[in-house]
Amino acid sequence: MNGGGSLERERRQAYLLVAPAVLVLAGVALYPILAAVWLSLHRFILVFGERRLTGLDNYAFLLSDARFWAALGNTAYFTLVAVAVELLLAVPLALLLNRAFPGRGLLRASVLVPWAIPTVVSARLWAWMFNPEYGLINRMLPGSDINWLGAPGYALHAAILVDVWKTTPFVALLVLAGLQGIPEDLYKAARVDGASAWRAFRSITLPLLKPALLLALLFRSLDAFRVFDAIYVLTEGGPANTTETLSIYAYKTLMRSGDFGYGSTLSVATFLCVVLLALVWLRLLGREEGAR
Amino acid sequence: MKQRGLGTALAVVAFLTFFLGPFFWQVLTSLWPDGELTRPWPSHLTVENYASVLWGRPFLRVVANSLLVAALTTAFCLTMGAAAAFALAKLEFRGRGLLLSAALAVSMFPPIATVSPLYLILRAVGLRDSLIGLALPYATFALPLTLWVLTSFFRQLPDELYRAARVDGCTPFQAFRRVLLPLAAPGLATTAILVFIFAWNEFLYALTFLSTPEKRTVPVAISLFASEYREPWGEIAAASVVATLPLVVLTVLFQRRIVSGLTAGAVKE
Repeated sequence: MNGGGSLERERRQAYLLVAPAVLVLAGVALYPILAAVWLSLHRFILVFGERRLTGLDNYAFLLSDARFWAALGNTAYFTLVAVAVELLLAVPLALLLNRAFPGRGLLRASVLVPWAIPTVVSARLWAWMFNPEYGLINRMLPGSDINWLGAPGYALHAAILVDVWKTTPFVALLVLAGLQGIPEDLYKAARVDGASAWRAFRSITLPLLKPALLLALLFRSLDAFRVFDAIYVLTEGGPANTTETLSIYAYKTLMRSGDFGYGSTLSVATFLCVVLLALVWLRLLGREEGAR
Repeated sequence: MKQRGLGTALAVVAFLTFFLGPFFWQVLTSLWPDGELTRPWPSHLTVENYASVLWGRPFLRVVANSLLVAALTTAFCLTMGAAAAFALAKLEFRGRGLLLSAALAVSMFPPIATVSPLYLILRAVGLRDSLIGLALPYATFALPLTLWVLTSFFRQLPDELYRAARVDGCTPFQAFRRVLLPLAAPGLATTAILVFIFAWNEFLYALTFLSTPEKRTVPVAISLFASEYREPWGEIAAASVVATLPLVVLTVLFQRRIVSGLTAGAVKE
């Protein structure tokens, strides 16, 4: 442009333009995270106003807290199964949406309905579907009524189903965006070579879709790991804590027991798990980029 | 070929049933007469549940609360986000990549991780249990979303437009205000829809920071919906439909925009 002074001025204005956003992000995310770490080193009961530094005591307790390990296990299981099922459903759905057929617009609009519904509403909706006496699911299933949300073993899977219903559309859209980036010519060439549809899917679609799939896995697993809304509404972590995830346990400790010290420790632990998960995925994504 | 058409049709029906079926069941439940829920099928349909939700409970107040918080969050984040996204897309400065990655990282924060300090901060400044105060922590997820979607929209506008404006004597800020911002209107609309929906649906912060029943937002009210003796399923269903219908209409009307906005940050790297 016109000279160094202008560039300098441009840079200055750039900093002014991003400053408010940076300040707000620091205020609502960076500072609170550091503050949570600081709180986690305290014994801090909100109602008594009792607050003193106890160092790593909370973390020592965390390591021997069976309820924490159970919550971690539930969260990991929920994340693993929900994300796997979502991906298995989303790929065929995306392939379908990528094809020209009458009613494609209708299908695309319809799959967005569960995505747009508030999670709390979708959990309430499914709680009614799961109702042991009058719910639609037991009405349709033959045999004796199952208490879906009240029986250990069933409840966590019911919560997974709600998550699958709500977020498969989002995964499908990410996969669809990936599909649309694959050149049509490749399929034509495969057809000329006499490859079957399945062969074309395995040799063209799947490898070229891998970055999009990894990205969807990254977003979804981090999102599923912080699950709170659906489980809070469906079961509040019950029966017998079998659906208690890390977020639910931390919330109960913070807001029900008013224990801001140990509650913050649980929050920080959840945060660290998410960071760890993100690092693993980013490494995989990076390796994928490097391989190309 | 014909077999393939049949397969497609079956798959479409299966997906439609799975994704829309539960929603229609909820709509049907909301119209089901209260005493007849134990029966396999209603004898007639009624709007009783809607009447008792809208007039018998402070539900309209709750809807207004949610509208206020969601609108406030949208206005707040778009104002700040548009300026920053323009700079990220069109101006040279150090830390651009860092800022975008940081925004992405923040959007992945589990909200529970920041709930305890945010609670103490809001309490200290007297904004706990306030709808205006709630819009502030909502920036945690809304601002990164705004930055990503809008930056990708600004990047799609040709650089020549910006350079021409600068040659004509505009400062970078004037080029943003007078030339690029008006052109980014579709991007702003898309972002506004997304942020509005996310803010409308948020639950954990609203549940934690609001304590007065009159200040509840829609998700909090619906999660706590109960009567003394049994779950009022019909009323819950009616309230759910009222809370969801605007979103469903918005989504169906703007599906293309929403899809492009949702996948903007994800694929255009």
